Amino acid sequence: MYTRKLRGHIVVLALALTSSAAFAQAPNLGKPINPAEIAAWDINILPDGTGLPPGSGTPAEGARVYAAKCSACHGQNGKGGPNAALAGGSPIKDMESEKTIANFWPFATTVFDYIRRAMPWRQPRSLSNDEVYALTAYIFSINKVIGENDAMNAQTLPKVQMPNRGGFIIRFPDRL
Amino acid sequence: MRDWKNLEPVAGNGLLHRRAFLRGGTALAAAMTGYTLVQSASAQQLTDDPWSLVPGVAVPDYGARSRFEKNVVRTLSNPNAEPRTQHARTPHHLINGTFTPNGLHFVISHAGDPDIDPDKHRLVIHGLVKQPLVFTLDTLGRYPMVSRMAFLECGGNSAPLFSKEPIQASVQALHGLVSCAEWTGVRLSTLLEETGIDPKAKWLVAEGADPPHLSRSVPLTKALDDAMIALYQNGERLMPGNGYPMRLLLPGWEGNMNIKWLRRIQLTEQPGMSFYEARTYAPILPGGKAYQFYFLQEVKSFITHPSPGLAMKGPGFYEISGVAYSGNGRISKVMLSADGGKSWAQAALQEPVQSKAFTRFRVPWRWDGGAVVLQSRAWDEAGFAQPTRGELVAVRGETTRVPPVTGFPSQHYNAITSWAIDRNGEVKHVYA
Repeated sequence: MYTRKLRGHIVVLALALTSSAAFAQAPNLGKPINPAEIAAWDINILPDGTGLPPGSGTPAEGARVYAAKCSACHGQNGKGGPNAALAGGSPIKDMESEKTIANFWPFATTVFDYIRRAMPWRQPRSLSNDEVYALTAYIFSINKVIGENDAMNAQTLPKVQMPNRGGFIIRFPDRL
Repeated sequence: MRDWKNLEPVAGNGLLHRRAFLRGGTALAAAMTGYTLVQSASAQQLTDDPWSLVPGVAVPDYGARSRFEKNVVRTLSNPNAEPRTQHARTPHHLINGTFTPNGLHFVISHAGDPDIDPDKHRLVIHGLVKQPLVFTLDTLGRYPMVSRMAFLECGGNSAPLFSKEPIQASVQALHGLVSCAEWTGVRLSTLLEETGIDPKAKWLVAEGADPPHLSRSVPLTKALDDAMIALYQNGERLMPGNGYPMRLLLPGWEGNMNIKWLRRIQLTEQPGMSFYEARTYAPILPGGKAYQFYFLQEVKSFITHPSPGLAMKGPGFYEISGVAYSGNGRISKVMLSADGGKSWAQAALQEPVQSKAFTRFRVPWRWDGGAVVLQSRAWDEAGFAQPTRGELVAVRGETTRVPPVTGFPSQHYNAITSWAIDRNGEVKHVYA
């Protein structure tokens, strides 16, 4: 936070790239790479679903994966253990409120993206895309964000409406 | 002795004019002798100590500090690398100057520091570019480089000051998740010139090679302004905990966005809404709404000397000093109070004052041994003032409980810190 002393805090953004003359002098040492070569690293999922891979999974399938690979840290049925609960959560009131998927996360895609890039903690990137879809479906199901038989895939997942989608005040770029 | 008039206190409880520093030896000597130091002079004669009488040890190939400095270390939140985040905090009360030694730079590591072979590391830039490119550390080393000082601060640094009661802890525990270094590397804009930018691109998503593949979204405007692919930290290769062999440096912006172990940058039309931006670094406001994209680390200062754990050694002359910094640019002014904010003295700023970097401030002080409350308050060149704690918590709230010092969520806190010193010379954290 800041208190404003001067009005008109202006940030001049250097949008224009340097001249073509400079470009001509650039080292040009980067090596071209094609999408097939990048594929294994190309794991960003954007909120509109861009980047979601082929595959599918149901809550029931996810429950089995969860019991085997997730429950040791996150507890039975997502109730929490040594690490965060994945189900439930009271409404967010203030900075002491615990942020959960159901009460805080604004986008469904973040759940898929984060599981696939970072989980399980000791074996990241070890889950198949079907398993990540299934786990996403299971977590949404136990939070009643989707029905207990709803499958998650590249078409259905971006349509899932998260309860706290409208709970944010965007600070960029209006405050810079 | 024309300078004597400048050595009259300029603010309550003995704060002296900063000119005592600026005018050099005479004035400072006057400031120091203006109060009689209570010390028993030793009559013992000086002798040669053992280390002056025999040859010393071999000079090591990589220097290590004196064995007498072993207590100058970071504090660790998770020393056994249990499956959760690790924090290593900078001991600001035990160092001085404006840059943080590499071994003491703060680190937050979400799944330990990866052991990256620099020859096998790659940086890919793709997405909404004209030509996706891959770079090795060797090829980046041939690009034009720049060096700059920049502070790095965790978005949750200083959050324990949201506690409803002041937590008794050192400046290291309260403010140890900020450090400052000289970073050397290649401007990101140089590499983006080479890939070309699709006009639809508005953001980039940067990702690390660490096990969580930590990713954050950065507006393209920042990438083209002052973003750097940092390869060197205070002159040597990055420390493993700070992103070896390369990291994204976004001067003045939230630490977590400065992706360590950087391996991929994807240009996109929209932000990725990754875990850390959608959830972790979204501070909650009273009422339950949360800020999204709180990127800027706003103007802040805190006093490092004296501070809790550094007991005073009797009345007399002291230098009050600390660090000030702002993600908006240069620090323009720091004011010091020794009476809890009733009166203020302007601090001397150590030159050069650099943009988005630590500025060391100093005020000469003659402590009369009475109870005082020290505060520092900084302003930046954009005109923003560090808020008082009261101003900040009126908007952001405070806790209803008093959690352990490491138990606070990542809420940005940049308000004033107050140290109270009692007649015994003990320094305590207070709200004033």
